[in-house]
Amino acid sequence: MKPAKFDHQRVSTLDEALQALGSADGEARILGGGQSLGPMMNLRLAQPDLLIDLSRVSGLDRIESIGRTLRIGARVTHARIEDGEVPGTTGTYMQTVASGISYRSVRNRGTIGGSVAHADPSADWPTAILALGGELVIAGPNGERQTQIDGFQTGPFTTGLGFDEILVAIEVPQLDENCRFGYYKVNRKPGEFADAIGAVVIGAAPRAVCGATESAPFRVPGIEHKLAAGATSVSVAEARDILAGMEPGFDDYELQIHAVALSRAIGRAFA
Amino acid sequence: MADGGSTDGKGIGARVLRKEDNRHLAGRGNFTGDIRRPGQKDLAFVRSPVAHARIVSITKPAGFEGAVFIAEDAVGMRNMRAPSKLPGYKGADYPALAIGKVRFVGEPVAVCVADTRAAAEDLAQATVVEYEELPPVVDMVSAVAPGAPLIHEDWDDNVALQTFSDADFSSIAARATVVVSREYRMARQAMNPMEGKAVFAEWDDRTDQLMMWTSTQVPHLIRNGLAQFLGLDQRQVRVIAPDVGGGFGYKVILQPEELVAGWLARHLKLPIRWVEDRREHLVTGANCREHYYKVTVHATPEGKILGLDCDVIVDGGAYSVYPFTNGLEGAMAHGNLPGPYKLEIYRCRTRTVVSNKPPLLPYRGVARPGVCFAMEMTIDALARQIGKEPSAVRAMNMVEEAEMPFMSIAKKHFDSGNYAKSVDMAAEMIGLADVRKRQQQPLPDGRLLGVGMGSYVEQTAHGTSVFASWGVAMVPGYEQATVRLTPDGGLELRIGVQSHGQGMETSMAQMAHEVLGIDPDKVMVTHGDTGLTPYSTGTYASRSMVMAGGATVRACKVLAQRMEIIGAHLLQCDRAEVKVREGKVVSGKGEVSFAEIGRVWYLNPDELPEDVDQGGVEVTMGYRPEPDSGAFTYATHACTVAVDPDIGEVEVLDYVIVEDCGTMVNPMIVEGQTFGGATQGIGTALLEESGFDATGQPTASTFADYMMPGATDAPHYRIDHIVSPSPFTEYGIKGMGEGGTIPTPAAIGNAINDALKAIGAEVGQTPFTPRRVREAIVKAKGAAA
Repeated sequence: MKPAKFDHQRVSTLDEALQALGSADGEARILGGGQSLGPMMNLRLAQPDLLIDLSRVSGLDRIESIGRTLRIGARVTHARIEDGEVPGTTGTYMQTVASGISYRSVRNRGTIGGSVAHADPSADWPTAILALGGELVIAGPNGERQTQIDGFQTGPFTTGLGFDEILVAIEVPQLDENCRFGYYKVNRKPGEFADAIGAVVIGAAPRAVCGATESAPFRVPGIEHKLAAGATSVSVAEARDILAGMEPGFDDYELQIHAVALSRAIGRAFA
Repeated sequence: MADGGSTDGKGIGARVLRKEDNRHLAGRGNFTGDIRRPGQKDLAFVRSPVAHARIVSITKPAGFEGAVFIAEDAVGMRNMRAPSKLPGYKGADYPALAIGKVRFVGEPVAVCVADTRAAAEDLAQATVVEYEELPPVVDMVSAVAPGAPLIHEDWDDNVALQTFSDADFSSIAARATVVVSREYRMARQAMNPMEGKAVFAEWDDRTDQLMMWTSTQVPHLIRNGLAQFLGLDQRQVRVIAPDVGGGFGYKVILQPEELVAGWLARHLKLPIRWVEDRREHLVTGANCREHYYKVTVHATPEGKILGLDCDVIVDGGAYSVYPFTNGLEGAMAHGNLPGPYKLEIYRCRTRTVVSNKPPLLPYRGVARPGVCFAMEMTIDALARQIGKEPSAVRAMNMVEEAEMPFMSIAKKHFDSGNYAKSVDMAAEMIGLADVRKRQQQPLPDGRLLGVGMGSYVEQTAHGTSVFASWGVAMVPGYEQATVRLTPDGGLELRIGVQSHGQGMETSMAQMAHEVLGIDPDKVMVTHGDTGLTPYSTGTYASRSMVMAGGATVRACKVLAQRMEIIGAHLLQCDRAEVKVREGKVVSGKGEVSFAEIGRVWYLNPDELPEDVDQGGVEVTMGYRPEPDSGAFTYATHACTVAVDPDIGEVEVLDYVIVEDCGTMVNPMIVEGQTFGGATQGIGTALLEESGFDATGQPTASTFADYMMPGATDAPHYRIDHIVSPSPFTEYGIKGMGEGGTIPTPAAIGNAINDALKAIGAEVGQTPFTPRRVREAIVKAKGAAA
């Protein structure tokens, strides 16, 4: 199939993008790497009237260390993260995640900001950055605002991003060198979208995330408490009980693979 | 004297690199989608969004009424009708554009014509169709249940074809004290050649012809169908298959879009193009497989199988496809279920049902991946029940080499081979004894190791008698080849089959080389064009190498005789003293090159002898093996798998193949075809599934949901060969294009069940997804607890 007719506007500044977004007649969509929006448009599942192309906006592709915070521009590609451009322990964790996203030609174009804003429940970054914690930097008609990663995604393809706003950066903490992390993805084939993801980042306040659900990824406090108390492993049966107690709406198989993903992510963290 | 013209190792048995790869590896192939004409139009189809409904109204977009066509606009276009003489067969005519009713999601309802595909899709989107929905039939087992909604209202049930052969089991009851019964399902899937279907149609006023370039395996059959259903004379239709990027059976069928494109080209007098996209392919086009089996074997306590009882249901989809019909799968399942085994009693019922799904098409292996899966899984179940090694049960039940040729219980005339040897060799290659030792404890990562096998025998290149007994619209007869010496001593070879990835431009040239000794690089193979090649029913049923290869040999032998007459004259010696060798006519006194003979025939005919054959240096010869009941290829595949019991994931660790396709023309191509086939088999076993929800909506409409095997899923295959030439074919060649796909689901399924043996779990439904494997484990543990 071919996309329905749309206008394409390549902007050179963020202000121009925001203005185009605010004044668009009909539905406007931000184009990052286009690796999800493109296929959706080709299938005519998405039929925006206007695409606002951020590829020429400078500054959105920067990776900066600001003290113990990493600021990763929304337009940074999975490939750059895979290639180790994000420094430190956080960079190593993100490298692991990036290298498992689809295949290299998708990673060359797909962006972290696009993935987080698109909020596909099966995608990697929404789960992976929730395990890091931090903030998202969002530009809107009234300037920039910061919002917690926790609670940003509210459902499948649904976030707290306003229709006139643009995600410009992701700010995550730089992990200590001795901080442990683990990431485990259950999927049918290498590079396919996940059926279940377990992500754990075990620092002073351990975070454990259950991802690739039907909805938004969510933190699993029962597992976080165990890790904070010094647990170095969580069995599948324990993880099942904890997840089941959260009533995530899984059937038995889904409960099982999400429990396995979390258990194995912890196993990888302590391997 | 012509035999053995080749002496330099490029003939039969040589691993000659494929000539066609020069253009394909450089990206210089020329496919239907590459064709451009000034003023060409693209098509988009309005397709049914519901599985079963009456069409209440169709409203064309205002101002574009002349660019949108529905069934009643297409005056002169007839429903596609696929006849069959099988008793009780009910043909379900296939309208290329729906008439009154739609019967599957994706069925073409209207066609839109525009300058670009995107503009045509805009028109399709703006066309409004009102439907009155009817209850759908989605599952093949419920399709035959009493009270099921009728797909075709003038039928009294949903059964398109039933076959039944009865048997009395009392004669074996006393001896067959072990009875093992299982149910299986092989999922519906889609074929997914790299190139989907593509059509380019143009009316040529000069020749008064519909020119149709189409991605097909069977250009002559497409011509038959177009002429019949468009009401044209055969002379008014020329079909050309340019480069074709894989077919696998999808492209043996006349597609509704093909017929519509032909009608539009004639009606509008404009070049018309339709290039299928992958969504159309997955949802509407290339549906295949989908069988249900209930299999019962009756065996002695030692594992000797005496009787086989089977009930098969095939989900044939909404319509019967031209020309192979929707009855092919069921009929072939009936004839092939007993496989390579010797039985006393065989009872079988097959029912091909119609449903609110796309028509079922023949896919590589046709029915045999299903029957092999059902039979081989049951053999392992029997082996587990009596505590014997499955390979031993397999081998002890097979037809023996000394019994060949052998008429099987299903009336298949096996020609040659040592079936049990393939089992023994595969067991040795996979290291069966060692695997049994390693299985005594789990793998270090907690996964479970399993080993499994699948054996099959495949009727290939079956001819007139077999197809005539089915009475379908395509009965192969004498396959023909035309060879023509060129004035400079090269050879043109024209065959009516079509090569779409099998490397026939190379292997057919090797056949000519074998007889004439001419360098394969000097042989131009022309195929896939009804205007240039002899009639042929085309490429399917693993037949081309046997049939067109055999015809090539016959034609080359006659050409050699004719060249010997001219050569003897030029050498001033007796005809008996010369023979064709290495591209020359040679005698004790000297030699003349083919170029010299070409020069004389074409340019200096004054030098020809009196007794020259006036037919010249162009020969068309026909060929059919005798008997034409088929050459039987067989193989055993064996693999080891690791099953992750926590999530149900299966990894294929090792995979070996022992096959016997008789004389191999090009072993490199044989191995490549086999590995490709086995990889498709891995898709069937582990990944591919065209699912439908309860309303008949397809649930795998893109590659995000439809899993294809890729590089990461293909193991490093190891292969060995047994060579048992067929006594019935030229050079003893047997067909082998399809075989690789046949036993893979069985081998992998058996390996999984072997790994799960200790738990007591079994899988029986493809694909063996992690969910299905895990659910089998949970069920077994629940039953144990």
